[in-house]
This record gives sequence, structure tokens and C-alpha cells, in this order.
Amino acid sequence: MAYLTDLKRAVGMGAAHEGTEHHWAMTKSSAALLILIPLFIFTFGPMLGRPHAEVVAFYSRPFPAVITALTLVVVFMHFKGGVQALIEDYVHGFARKLLIILTMIFSYGAAATGLFAIAKIAL
Amino acid sequence: MADDNQGNRPLSPHLTIYRPQLVSMTSILTRITGNALLLGAVLAVWWLLAAATSAEYFAFADGLITSWFGDLVMTLSLWALWYHSFAGLRHLYWDTGRGLEIEMAERLGVAIIVGSVVMTILTLLMI
Repeated sequence: MAYLTDLKRAVGMGAAHEGTEHHWAMTKSSAALLILIPLFIFTFGPMLGRPHAEVVAFYSRPFPAVITALTLVVVFMHFKGGVQALIEDYVHGFARKLLIILTMIFSYGAAATGLFAIAKIAL
Repeated sequence: MADDNQGNRPLSPHLTIYRPQLVSMTSILTRITGNALLLGAVLAVWWLLAAATSAEYFAFADGLITSWFGDLVMTLSLWALWYHSFAGLRHLYWDTGRGLEIEMAERLGVAIIVGSVVMTILTLLMI
């Protein structure tokens, strides 16, 4: 114990056992999305309504494929954190736990589905 | 005991007691746009999955997303995305301890609304 710093002794000991991790995670993902979202809008947007062959050729290129894959991962992790905060604010008890679990399932599922699609097109 | 007075304590004033203000309205709209983007995000993933599946399935998904209703959903999603991005930028700025004076906070609220509408129109013109 004598070798621990005061901070180390206090971290994780509160009622919630954690501190600002959630807020910091949202800060990091929002900063990443400020870069990714405009890039996504201007790659995804022009492809809507284009012929299938052109869309496949476009997403076979490294830049659109990587931008889209990164955006999907960061978007759905950011979404997961944001929806969780919404649920924690307005829903209580068992329903809260259930909704948070469903949010996790949806977010990871949507991100994985999107990554699978991009990988299948690009490779 | 701590629970003696449960349910009968004086409560701090909450949302319902305040007049709607630009700062509170732009704040709640950040949460609404963020969560409503669920629909646009699902459609985008579905569209990509359709493109990865077959030309026929892609034609169906793409047709639906570019129908008048699809256009409406995607245009509103586009605005929500710009709005949420600008509002998020304001949060990052606030997190540094700046821009919290009432006058500045309200000016940033106007900037978010105007900025998101302008960017939505510009984006629609460009793509």
C-alpha cells in the first residue's frame, strides 16, 4: 500500500466504481467523427442512386472503403454511448438494463454488418 | 435514517418550470437528432449490405432510399447529421471551459441552426 499514490488508492472506489471514462470515450469519438462525418457524407452521398456496378467499383477503392469502415465503427460506438446516456436519464430498473443490452446488441450488430458489407465489396 | 423523507423532499426546479430558451432547445435537439439518426444509419448499412449482396437486391434497396420518401428521410438525416456535428463541436468547445457566457452560448445556438441548414443545402447542391 505504501507504494500506491493517493490517486491510485482512490480510483474505482466510489459508489459507481468508475469516473469519467464514458464522457472521455464520447469526447474522443466525437472528435474523430468531426473528421469522418464530412468525408462520409461526400463519399456515401454521391453514390446514392448510382448503378450497382459503379457503386461496387467505388467501394473497391481504398479511400472510400477505409473511410466508410472507420465511420461505421466510430458512429455505432458513439451511438451506443449516446443512447446509453439517454436510457440512463429516462428509464429505470429492469427496463433500463434491458434497453442498454439491446442498444449494445444493435450497435455492435450494425457495425459488424456494415463492415462485412464493405469487406465483401472491397475484397 | 436517510430514507425517512423519501418522496417528500423539496425538488430542484426541472425542465417544466422554465420558459423554453435557445440554449436548452438546441441542447435537447442535439439528443433528439443523435438518437433519430438511428433510422438513417440503419438505412445506410442496409444499402451497403444490399450492394454487397446482388445487383437485384441493390436495385430494390437503392430504389427505396432514392424514392420520394427515402429522399425525405435521407435529407432530414443529413440535416440531423450536420446539426449533431455542429452541436457536438459546441460541446467540445464548452468542455474546454470557454463560450459559457449566456450571450456567447446563445450566439453559438444560432450558429448551429444556421450552419446546419446552410450545410444541408450546400451538401444537397453538391451531391
